[in-house]
Amino acid sequence: MSISAAFFAIIRRDLLLAFRRRAEAANPLFFFVLVVTLFPLAVGAQPHLLQSMAPGVIWVSALLAALLSLDAMFRSDFDDGSLEQLLLSPYPLTVLVLGKIIAHWLVTGLPLLLVAPLLADFLGLPAQAMGTLWLTLIIATPLLSLIGAVGVALTVGLRRGGMILSLLVLPLYVPVLIFASGAVDRAAGGLAADAQLDILLAMLLAALVLAPLPVSAALKMSVN
Amino acid sequence: MTLRIFLEMGGYGFYVWTAYGVTLLVLLLNILLPVVQRRQLLRQLSLRQKRGQR
Amino acid sequence: MSVIPAVVNRFFHQTASPPYFYALAERLAPWLTGVFLLLLAAGLYGGLYLAPSDYQQGESYRIIYIHVPAAWMSLFVYVLMAVMAGIALVWRMKLAEVMLIASAPIGAGFTFIALVTGSLWGKPMWGAWWVWDARLTFELILLFQYLGIVSLYGAIEDRRAAARAVSILALVGVVNVPVIHYSVEWWSTLHQGPTITKLDKPSIHVSMLIPLLLMAVAFKFYYLIAVLQNARLELLKREATSQWVKNLLEKTA
Repeated sequence: MSISAAFFAIIRRDLLLAFRRRAEAANPLFFFVLVVTLFPLAVGAQPHLLQSMAPGVIWVSALLAALLSLDAMFRSDFDDGSLEQLLLSPYPLTVLVLGKIIAHWLVTGLPLLLVAPLLADFLGLPAQAMGTLWLTLIIATPLLSLIGAVGVALTVGLRRGGMILSLLVLPLYVPVLIFASGAVDRAAGGLAADAQLDILLAMLLAALVLAPLPVSAALKMSVN
Repeated sequence: MTLRIFLEMGGYGFYVWTAYGVTLLVLLLNILLPVVQRRQLLRQLSLRQKRGQR
Repeated sequence: MSVIPAVVNRFFHQTASPPYFYALAERLAPWLTGVFLLLLAAGLYGGLYLAPSDYQQGESYRIIYIHVPAAWMSLFVYVLMAVMAGIALVWRMKLAEVMLIASAPIGAGFTFIALVTGSLWGKPMWGAWWVWDARLTFELILLFQYLGIVSLYGAIEDRRAAARAVSILALVGVVNVPVIHYSVEWWSTLHQGPTITKLDKPSIHVSMLIPLLLMAVAFKFYYLIAVLQNARLELLKREATSQWVKNLLEKTA
């Protein structure tokens, strides 16, 4: 099997597993919708307030949904020992790990794109910002999976890794949050958000190349 | 009299001295805690060693 | 490692051996403390007594002599930790792991000091204990990164595995530091608009600059003292069953 075949086999396997556990895979999505609906209930249904908060609310909720879904990335593989098999396989671990991260994003990040317009409408985000919101979600949710993978790989061996995981990952998410919600904010105000999107794209490309390295090293540490 | 003026810091005494106090406290703790813990550990280890020799 | 002269190589191997390092740290402590106290006394005398008061901020600016050095140290220690993390990962050097772990609480302490003193300085200047100023926000996120390192190390039982995990995290974190710095800067100019950063270092007079630099060097010496104390504790914990610790205990008993 060539490297690329192994890479796609990993993605196919993880997608199949996620499909078999459909209900579980949908949880981050429901969580995302639920958190967003909590905000109007908490701060009151004032259209102006909600509208100005919309980019931030949607992005904080997306971030929390991503955080919630992270633990599943390596958990079942760690428990049933297939992670060990992955480490022993002759293919470069970084490539396999990248496959797992991409599969994770396809299952948990991509669906957010489908409900984002609905939620944006709930909060009264101007229609002109919708395209930018989508773009930020397309560019930046894979970033959340890539950065988060480092945190999960470090904590997967711990029995109670949940709290530590958020402590490790959230500071790393700060730049993504700033630029993504900043871009939507500018678009909602009728301004160009190209600079923010470019920076996010640059961060995504850097993370695609760099993130698998610490993830592989951390997985080796966690399995031993 | 000059000491009082010095301590008042032109009306900002509370802020200045609290800042210096907190700093002193944190710096002291970061030195004293490891020293105290090391002494305890050494005591424990030497007790264990004596027990082992008997 | 043929590039490195044999003498240098031997020096590093000797210094890096736990018993030698443990004894060396003990011998250095009084000297370092002496230099630290001298620098501290000079810095405080210059900063609190000799230096004139600021024409805009009055006496409140005197917090600068601990705030700015602490903020510098919070970054300096983090970068140093990343360097040691690199050494620990590449050469698997035990001492680098120990120094990395020993540095984390001290760096967190400096970050905490920078935050608290910034807040205490901000209250009379801004009229609020906390303002979402770029530098303060940056320090806050840096503090979270330090806490993440400390708690990850505490959560993994096997010390070598924990040190590897922390090394990876420190390296990822140090890549994140400049990104956070610039994103927070951008964010603050976007949302804060015309707020003037009053904690800015203005073009500072020499009589204020010299005590500031003295305090900065004093804090570096403090870091050395504290990190060596922490490292000795960490070494003892790790090597409690080794021969050199047994010898040490017999000598003192």
